[in-house]
Amino acid sequence: MKSYLPRILMWIASLSLLVLFLFPIWKITLKAPQYPDGISMYIWINQITGDSEYTLQNINILNHYVGMKYIEPDSIPELTYFPYIIIGLCLLGLALSFFKNNRFYLVYSLILIMVCVLGLYDFYLWEYDYGHDLSDKAPIKVPGMAYQPPLFGSKMLLNFEAISYPHTGALFMGISIVLSFLSFFIGKKRKAPKAFA
Amino acid sequence: MNKRIPIISILVAIVGLVLYNCSSNQTPQGGALGGDDAASSVYVKPGDHDEFYGIVSGGFSGQLSVYGIPSGRLLKVIPVFSVDAEKAYGFNEETKPMLETSHGFIPWDDAHHPELSQTDGGPDGRWVFINGNNTPRVARIDLSTFETAEIIEIPNSGGNHSSPFTTENTEYVVAGTRFSVPFPQQDVPIESYKENFKGALTFIKVDPEHGHMEVAFQIYVPGFDYDLAHAGKGKSHGWMFFSTYNAEQSHTLKEVNASQFDKDFIAAVNWKKAEEYLAQGKFKEMPTEYVHNVYDEKTHSATSEKIKTVKVLHPDECPGLIYYLPTPKSPHGVDVDPTGEYIVGNGKLSADMSVHSFDKMIKAIENEAFEKEIDGIPVLKYEEVLAGIVKEGGLGPLHTEFDGKGNAYTTFFISSEVVKWKLGTWEVLDRVPCYYSVGHLMIPGGDSRKPWGKYMVAMNKITKDRYLPTGPEMNHSAQLYDISGDKMKLILDFPTIGEPHYAQGIHADLVKSKSKKIYKLDENEHPHAVKSEKETKVVRDGNVVRVYATTIRSHFAPDNIEGIKEGDKVYFHITNLEQDWDVPHGFSVLGANNSELLIMPGQTETLLWEPKKQGVYPFYCTDFCSALHQEMQGYIRVSGKDSNVPLKWSVGEQPVQ
Repeated sequence: MKSYLPRILMWIASLSLLVLFLFPIWKITLKAPQYPDGISMYIWINQITGDSEYTLQNINILNHYVGMKYIEPDSIPELTYFPYIIIGLCLLGLALSFFKNNRFYLVYSLILIMVCVLGLYDFYLWEYDYGHDLSDKAPIKVPGMAYQPPLFGSKMLLNFEAISYPHTGALFMGISIVLSFLSFFIGKKRKAPKAFA
Repeated sequence: MNKRIPIISILVAIVGLVLYNCSSNQTPQGGALGGDDAASSVYVKPGDHDEFYGIVSGGFSGQLSVYGIPSGRLLKVIPVFSVDAEKAYGFNEETKPMLETSHGFIPWDDAHHPELSQTDGGPDGRWVFINGNNTPRVARIDLSTFETAEIIEIPNSGGNHSSPFTTENTEYVVAGTRFSVPFPQQDVPIESYKENFKGALTFIKVDPEHGHMEVAFQIYVPGFDYDLAHAGKGKSHGWMFFSTYNAEQSHTLKEVNASQFDKDFIAAVNWKKAEEYLAQGKFKEMPTEYVHNVYDEKTHSATSEKIKTVKVLHPDECPGLIYYLPTPKSPHGVDVDPTGEYIVGNGKLSADMSVHSFDKMIKAIENEAFEKEIDGIPVLKYEEVLAGIVKEGGLGPLHTEFDGKGNAYTTFFISSEVVKWKLGTWEVLDRVPCYYSVGHLMIPGGDSRKPWGKYMVAMNKITKDRYLPTGPEMNHSAQLYDISGDKMKLILDFPTIGEPHYAQGIHADLVKSKSKKIYKLDENEHPHAVKSEKETKVVRDGNVVRVYATTIRSHFAPDNIEGIKEGDKVYFHITNLEQDWDVPHGFSVLGANNSELLIMPGQTETLLWEPKKQGVYPFYCTDFCSALHQEMQGYIRVSGKDSNVPLKWSVGEQPVQ
């Protein structure tokens, strides 16, 4: 039974990725006095949602005053192809779990980390683009002001406090990385004595 | 019977009133308020919510106003029977049908008694009904939107005062005529009152799901003045009680002539029996004409329908349908306690109050303890139905409400006070003065089976020196009392809109979670709605021009319109594309002969504009919607009758969506 532990952990690690389809990865909240509950936007692997079905429209209305582009989920290609990457990674993890070689597990966790870093960098670029590529005709122009929300933490953007933190989906991504690492280490410890035998 | 006694008692009352007002002017103002602890008990911290909604009639303003209790904060004024230029009620094309009657469009009425819908005998927070007294009508207000949703006219009625009191599960709301009239209406000498004038007690059936009202039947009764009503509860569920005065059936100088009899009546109607008679077909289908107006939340428009007949039940053909309970001194309010056993007759020209027993009434009916019969209606023997008398509570009792702990609270108009007394022992427990001349009182849920006996609001007819003076006309005053202890304690005094005739109160939890924030644009079925700026257009058909426009922060689309001609009828159909809470847009155009529009998110409203002179006229948003609100404006060009300026419309170069 014990020899199966790394494999089981790999299964859990792989399947944890599918939770990204059930929960958002990131949450950005805008707070201002006239929005006592805040306006929250959720970034998923395949969509962008809000507190209500109208949140995105309402954020876009606010953003247009500073000349920001409309946030249109349809125009963000990542939301279309990222789901395939996640499904691919899940299948890859399951496939690798059938190899006894625990180094594959390490490689897998490194791939996951790389995907995370690239994903975050991509997210940052989108934030940068929305925050900086402003219309010349914006009704409200504040010299030197950009409206890029933070990747992690909070920041004042004019009257709004923008608060950005990972959400449940990101947690499961993290669990996936930790578990695949763990299966690598457990496998390694068990192999070590054998090597000397 | 000694005819002089009532007249003398009125004189005494008037003298009493004058003396009372004189002496109370000398009372120091601060003495009436209980000091700091009173202030803290009504203090609702900024940003916090009140515990109760107080739904207060506007009386002769024709409106309904909503207050927070205990803070006395004014939350909203809801137009019901009177036009309201602020909200375009009765001015925009959508709500004009709401004020249609068989006498045409009527822009005003006298709104008296709000009544919350009930489930299992307690207010359920779905709807509030209110009567129009002058041109008899009943309205239903939806408490998810706090807007008037429906108005039905009452045929064969005059002065719809004993209305719209509801049964335990809102099976019916009633409408009793305060002024009997020829039934059916006809041209007869007024002197022929006794022969030709009759009363109508109308039962309006309420659809349990949508609240839609329908006149189920009317009862043809002697030509008395049917003043107030309340439904039986619990064991007396199935009965409706109407107070009457003018059993004398006089038609002139009623203040004297209608005050002659020592006793008038409380009419007890067995409406379950009425349902049986209806099912047996024992009604007469009478030709008449009345109007039923319904506002549809999906089309954001009202429709008006004429109805041509009504079912009438005649007591002489329907035994057991109605009985009269003799009640002294021209009773005003008739109030049923939460158990359904006691029926309180507030004999307004006396100091005492008679309380009838429901059990005794049933027994008296079984034993046929009848004194006489009036037009087929048995009059029960007074002694056989009397439960007890509240002695010398005050002078001029009008209305009673209950706290659910076995106590009753009665307003005394002439002695200007509220008196607390005990049901069953009839002993007076406490009394507090009102400023001045109190009419109705309200305890949240206090006329239902489930009172919240914590606060009581007294609504007064006379204001005088209570607030900073504002010339001869002043807002009426209301006083809030803490009734949670043995003694009533005055804790707040606040002015109200119009005449706060009667009110209802309900715990906020039953209402606030259901309150709508927006109307969904997807569900907007207005025939002239446009759901995006791409669909906006201007269409001419003869001299009728329809502008299909939208609003979104912070512009109209279109905002430049040309090709209008003098003499055109221009309909601005404006859809507010917003889907965010509390972002209405207003619309007004120079020279409009009606009002502004105030369009809620997702709603479409229509303003008719008939330009009379050539020129270019601005229109703008009237509700400060955003930082660029001042920029939310446009122009419409009006050319001569025979001009060739083509119809043209546009908005900017970079439309928002």
